[in-house]
Amino acid sequence: MKLLIVEDEKGLRENIIQFLHKEQYIVEAAPDFRSAIEKISLYDYDCILLDVGLPDGNGLNVLRALKSKQKSDNVIIISAKDSLDDKLEGLELGADDYLTKPFHLAELNARIKAVIRRKALGGGHIVRLNNMELNFDSRTVNVAGAEIHLNRKEFDILAFFVVNKNRLIYKSALAEHVWGDHMDNADNFDFIYSQIKNLRKKLKDHGANLEIQAIYGVGYKLSV
Amino acid sequence: MKLLNHTLLYLSASLIFILSIWAVVFYFSMMDEVYDSIDDGLENYKMLIIKKASRDSTLLSKDSFDESNYAIRPIDREWALRATEQFRDTSMYMEYEEDYEVVRMLTTYFSTPAEQYYELRIITSMVEGEDLVGDLLHALLWLYVAVIASAFIINNWVLRKIWRPFYELQHELRGFKLGEDKSFKPPQTKVTEFRDMNDTVAALLKANIAVFQQQKQFIENASHELQTPLAIAINKLELLLEQFQGADGQMQLLANAIQYLERMTRLNKSLLLLSKIENKQFSKEEKVDFNQRLRQQIADFDELLQYKAITVEIVEKARFTRVFNADLADVLITNLLKNAIVHNHSGGAVHIVIKDNGFEIANTGLKQPLDPGKMFARFYRAADNASSTGLGLAVVKAIAQLYQAELDYHYEAGIHYFNFQLPT
Repeated sequence: MKLLIVEDEKGLRENIIQFLHKEQYIVEAAPDFRSAIEKISLYDYDCILLDVGLPDGNGLNVLRALKSKQKSDNVIIISAKDSLDDKLEGLELGADDYLTKPFHLAELNARIKAVIRRKALGGGHIVRLNNMELNFDSRTVNVAGAEIHLNRKEFDILAFFVVNKNRLIYKSALAEHVWGDHMDNADNFDFIYSQIKNLRKKLKDHGANLEIQAIYGVGYKLSV
Repeated sequence: MKLLNHTLLYLSASLIFILSIWAVVFYFSMMDEVYDSIDDGLENYKMLIIKKASRDSTLLSKDSFDESNYAIRPIDREWALRATEQFRDTSMYMEYEEDYEVVRMLTTYFSTPAEQYYELRIITSMVEGEDLVGDLLHALLWLYVAVIASAFIINNWVLRKIWRPFYELQHELRGFKLGEDKSFKPPQTKVTEFRDMNDTVAALLKANIAVFQQQKQFIENASHELQTPLAIAINKLELLLEQFQGADGQMQLLANAIQYLERMTRLNKSLLLLSKIENKQFSKEEKVDFNQRLRQQIADFDELLQYKAITVEIVEKARFTRVFNADLADVLITNLLKNAIVHNHSGGAVHIVIKDNGFEIANTGLKQPLDPGKMFARFYRAADNASSTGLGLAVVKAIAQLYQAELDYHYEAGIHYFNFQLPT
């Protein structure tokens, strides 16, 4: 998998590269509009992370360039602006997703995998971990061939763990991913713990060979 | 006191003074003239009588006034030589008036060629001083009333006309509010002073609007610019956390640092949202079904509600649909629901009533009312909650203001009521 990061902030660029490195992607970076255009003309990418506010041009023009070259690279817009107009314009121009700064790296990872999965042919929407099989399309989970009934939120939690397997997931990254704006209160982290306890119990009852490890006060980790 | 009455008050006070002085001066100068001409007449009379007496000696024995206006009586030579001619006011019984009236009397002395000395007294009727003063006062009073009345009427008419630009300016200023789109239009006038005032006010407002805009822009820009460094810092700590193999305590310190950075992010986002609402940047509107959105959001809060053992009851008395910005509708509902859940206690209740132009959210919670004057202010936090931004209800208030909705809070018997109501 080959990724391009178009981002003028060095710190953010470095963070993303470092984080994605572990996911076995080939990551290239473009710090400005000019080099971004150059790179997309020369190569094809599985996913492009595109910052809208570039010093030498609007990032949305990179999208327009892709479109005019009839390229179908996946694009995730990264913007400091939480503006609906930008979002709509970006999505209309063919972007696949929109992420507002600041974001958690685990969230970025989940978004990248989602857009790649959507374009993938064949069984790309099914992930197997040990004896568990998770289907993103039908939103079902099977352990050793038998289906586990998870509610909507439990599935979202498990899916987030699966795409971020073997990584430490910071508690609020999980909360934001699953509950969005409805959950931004530190009080409620006990509540997340109780949700995970339920999920763990269901997995254990079905004999899933997975462990969701809790790191007290920090977050969780799905070890395979 | 109105300006009109102010001028009238000063005018009437000074008029009383001026008219009184004028009346006194007028009275004395008039009396002076009256005496002058009466005395001249008496003098003339005297000469005529003396001349006549020299021809007709019978006159010399007319010692009482009777029907005529003079009397003559003989006197000693010494007395006559010592005495001088004098005018004086005296009174005399008047048959016509049946009363004593003031008369002017000339007492003079003359001698005949035969060395006989006589005293001649001539009278003539006089202006009655008391009557004159009374008449004068009367006239003066009427004059005063007439002057004040006409001053009042003219003043009223003129002042109202002249001051119209002032009242228009006042009206315009009363309707002016910083941060509203309505521009300030000073009234048209040809009067230099008013024009100067209009220009000054317009310039002052323009400067203020500019400062206000700058400040709003600054908040927005500052929040914006902070997002990227915050993002980088949070991500760096996340990376460090992932690599960290140290003791739990150290990881918790890192997690704690992230938590505070996240709180800063939320503050930032809320401030941005507030400025955007105030700058009316949520222009896109559509028909929003509040019943459906409320039900949806309650479902989204479901796990949290179960966890906190809070029961939610929703009574849909009517269908509440309005043309509204969908994002703001969601923010409004989320913030109010979150408020009702977070500030609730375990085993508490939330009661929602939807009416055709609004909804009410009532919740159990603190056993005392919140301060209605402060609770919607920015950064107000009732409880010392480390992760609360204190901006949730401020955002709700801003949305209500944007849509001219009423947002009421009241507390009754342990229940906090929040009522959001759009104008019908």
